[in-house]
Amino acid sequence: MSTQSPTSSGTVVNDFSITVGTVNGTGSQTSNLTILRAIFKMGIPVQGKNIFPSNIQGLPTWYTIRINKDGWLARREEHEIVIAMNPATVKEDMEKVVPGGALFYADHIKLPIERDDITTYPMPVKKLARQSGAPAKLRDYVANMVYVGVLAQMIGIDMDKIRAALDFHFKGKESPINLNMGVIEAAAEWAKENLEKKDPYILEPMDATKGYIMADGNTAAALGALYGGVQFVAWYPITPASSLVETMNQYIPKLRKDPKTGKNTVVVVQAEDELAASGMAIGAGWAGLRAMTSTSGAGISLMSEFFGLAYYAEVPIVVWDVQRGSPSTGLPTRTMQGDITQVAFISQGDTDSIMLFPRDAQEAFEFGWRAFDYAERLQAPVFVMSDLDIGQNQWMVKPFEYPDEPMDRGKILWEEDLEQWEKEGKVWGRYLDVDGDGIPYRTVIGNKHPKAAYFTRGTGHDEFARYSEDPEVWVRVLKRIKKKYETARHILPKPVLESAEGAPFGIISFGSTHPAIQEARHYLKEEKGIATDYLRLRAYPFADEVRDFIADHEKIYVVEMNRDGQMRQLLQLFVPDMADRLISVAKGDGLPLTARWIMNTILEMEEE
Amino acid sequence: MAKTNAIGLTIADYKGAPTTLCQGCGHNSIISQIISAVFEENLPPESVVKFSGIGCSSKAPTYMLGRSFGFNGLHGRMPSLATGALFGDLSLIGIGMSGDGDSAAIGMGQFKHIIRRNMPLVYIVANNGVYGLTKGQFSPTSDRGLKLKKQGVNPFEPVDICMEALASNATFVARSFAGDPKQVKTLIKAAMHHRGTAILDIISPCVSFNNQPNATHSYEWGKKHEVILHDMQFLPNAKEIMLEGEMEPGEVREVTLHDGSAIVLKRVDRDYDPTDRFAAIRALEEAKQKHILLTGLLYIEPDRPALPDLYDLPTDVPFNRMPQERLRPSPDTMQTVNDLMF
Ligand SMILES: Cc1ncc(C[n+]2csc(CCOP(=O)(O)OP(=O)(O)O)c2C)c(N)n1
Ligand code: SF4
Ligand SMILES: [Mg+2]
Repeated sequence: MSTQSPTSSGTVVNDFSITVGTVNGTGSQTSNLTILRAIFKMGIPVQGKNIFPSNIQGLPTWYTIRINKDGWLARREEHEIVIAMNPATVKEDMEKVVPGGALFYADHIKLPIERDDITTYPMPVKKLARQSGAPAKLRDYVANMVYVGVLAQMIGIDMDKIRAALDFHFKGKESPINLNMGVIEAAAEWAKENLEKKDPYILEPMDATKGYIMADGNTAAALGALYGGVQFVAWYPITPASSLVETMNQYIPKLRKDPKTGKNTVVVVQAEDELAASGMAIGAGWAGLRAMTSTSGAGISLMSEFFGLAYYAEVPIVVWDVQRGSPSTGLPTRTMQGDITQVAFISQGDTDSIMLFPRDAQEAFEFGWRAFDYAERLQAPVFVMSDLDIGQNQWMVKPFEYPDEPMDRGKILWEEDLEQWEKEGKVWGRYLDVDGDGIPYRTVIGNKHPKAAYFTRGTGHDEFARYSEDPEVWVRVLKRIKKKYETARHILPKPVLESAEGAPFGIISFGSTHPAIQEARHYLKEEKGIATDYLRLRAYPFADEVRDFIADHEKIYVVEMNRDGQMRQLLQLFVPDMADRLISVAKGDGLPLTARWIMNTILEMEEE
Repeated sequence: MAKTNAIGLTIADYKGAPTTLCQGCGHNSIISQIISAVFEENLPPESVVKFSGIGCSSKAPTYMLGRSFGFNGLHGRMPSLATGALFGDLSLIGIGMSGDGDSAAIGMGQFKHIIRRNMPLVYIVANNGVYGLTKGQFSPTSDRGLKLKKQGVNPFEPVDICMEALASNATFVARSFAGDPKQVKTLIKAAMHHRGTAILDIISPCVSFNNQPNATHSYEWGKKHEVILHDMQFLPNAKEIMLEGEMEPGEVREVTLHDGSAIVLKRVDRDYDPTDRFAAIRALEEAKQKHILLTGLLYIEPDRPALPDLYDLPTDVPFNRMPQERLRPSPDTMQTVNDLMF
């Protein structure tokens, strides 16, 4: 099913998808990003998604670029243009092309053309790569630039925009820019001479990307944390979270030199495993540093004993969970929202959990800094539930905005505060709820006041942090902690509501599914005349607005990327009295949801 | 009137909650020596931070230094907690209490990796060759052939904590015996001044589960078989060193620590150079073969960079007191960052 509407001249302008099938480890990522960025620079809304294997070299990988003049940038299942560079997948790549679409293929792939409903363009990739004069070891890499050039010629990507993209990628270094540009220009020239345009897909410059940037969510998260004043990061490499801390390392010298001494103000430790990573971060959080770790599902599992300690000992820490296909090692290079219930109920015993759900790279930046304020205010672990799609793909988003609130360091008492309390006859106990919001006051190491110290433990303790096995004390302390999470509901980011006149049902979703939801709602309205209300969750525990939304709708579809409808489960626990209103629209196949799938699934359910 | 130290505190200021460990437990005597060492070094209790894992040994921090912050964490995970926490204020001294199960079984990874990073910490393994808190199971340091009530006979060779530390390139490795309090105290003092991870493997008998005379972790065996490498003295200020009378060459060795304090080692049987890794490994092998409890400072390397040295952090204010202006990049950087995106 294609939504494309040819113009009177028979062309389809700025509304199609390009999929490149290559072998991973050949450097095709540079080519794909170059196409993506050049189109963005032409002012056309564009998004790229990498569907790649968990492997370093030699396996098939696909990169899909969606171009859409109206700004619908979720994943689609239709491919108008397919570029086949991988002999192993060329057959399936050919089958992918929509009727009327185009297949570009490397001409050394001997291809029995089995379809007469598409246009096929052979590309003399090897020949042009050889002619480029690039050293032999760079040939494979340069070969990928050939398709950039051919495509540019055939769909109309501006050469100066391609140069700008290369200039960005190679940080202005002349020689790689010129080498790549040379190949691209030669390939475009060859295409001009030798290929006749028969498919309808073309690009025309627009003005729709002004005021936007392109960024991946892991970079955004790293920057957000740096603006949040993060001081201590401990991590252990895991796809798709690794690039978060790796990017942070790149920006620390630029952003985190102490204005007073010129020295560093962030410590990053690569730990020996996730047990240690979480332990170090929790140690640092306990000591009064803004501390974080970043991981994915398998790491969360290993860290969960420590999260239970942080929960009960009330230690602030920020945890980024860049979710990937799970359970187990799962689909390491695919996306999912599969850790929701695991994190909600993390660790043994009665626990609670705070989760934030960023929508895209821009919100990843915002939650990147805000998460520390919540963690320190609430003296608790705060989990930012990103996913591979947000973390590793390039998102066209509004520029990052400087934090509009000062850091909230929470309830910390230093020497003079304790003296003041003593003067006022106020009693301080580490776990004493003085303000009635469930949040006690804490002191941290280095406080020289003789009464500042306390002993932190994961075993039973009373309001004064003394060891206790008293059943009443145990229940009282856990009840008080629960109260803290009630407070959390009121200060965490509110859900975002979009309502429409006469909506017969509501949709609840969160995180990276947002673009697909919005697009599905658009089709439901335009094609079926169904208006929908939409509530985008941004935090857990849920705010009152979530209950109100459910109360306002007889029927709510909860859309998410996992098998069991994990968020729906949490919502049903939140509103047991209205649990039967919540219908699960869930799929966890490792790929971002598409608008068509969401719409069709909802329509099928509506018919039932 | 109770004796005060140079900063006007009495020993009572260094005490903790009354111990709930068994009477006669070796861990209790280690606790007393930690208290005395900090008292005698004239350190305010607030300048020490206590860490531990889980076990009887790891309960120890509750029973000492009540005016010091402490964190009794998870089984086998003391090193990671301490690593993160001490960055909060690098002027503080960390003392970590662990057990043989805590460090050589569940926590072997963290034990080795804190050593690899050389994070400054007085890392005490109260080694009783058994799991005390869970009531008498074999630990990785239990003797081969050890018979325990409900466990039968241990078929495995024990792990040697000091050897593991050396293999991980530790910069301070010592073995001692809870039945030799003076040596324990001296080693703790030296360890507090060492810039790096200081491993103290202290044989600390468990009177409830592993104190039979033939067990190498018992009081009786220790008393009978302890051989000291050297007579040890710790001098907070190296300039004070004054040698009495004429000394033979090799009679006394002196190791200066990075802060100007010194360990003075007086020869007992033979000359022993604690800066020689080969000598340390040989000494451990020989002790094993000769079936003795060899105690003392086995190895020291005072000048290897410690973990915090690698970060070039500001030193004018503790990290956990650093204000927002020094942590959050200024507003004008935001545009630059956005320009760096595409
Ligand atoms: C994850 C985990 N597993 C098991 C335990 C149970 N446990 C508590 S202490 C201990 C062994 C302690 O032995 P050791 O470290 O030698 O200390 P000791 O009691 O002998 O001083 C065990 C297995 C635990 N607390 N946590
Ligand atoms: S059981 Fe053993 S280790 Fe535990 S307190 Fe008693 S004597 Fe000490
Ligand atoms: Mg033990």
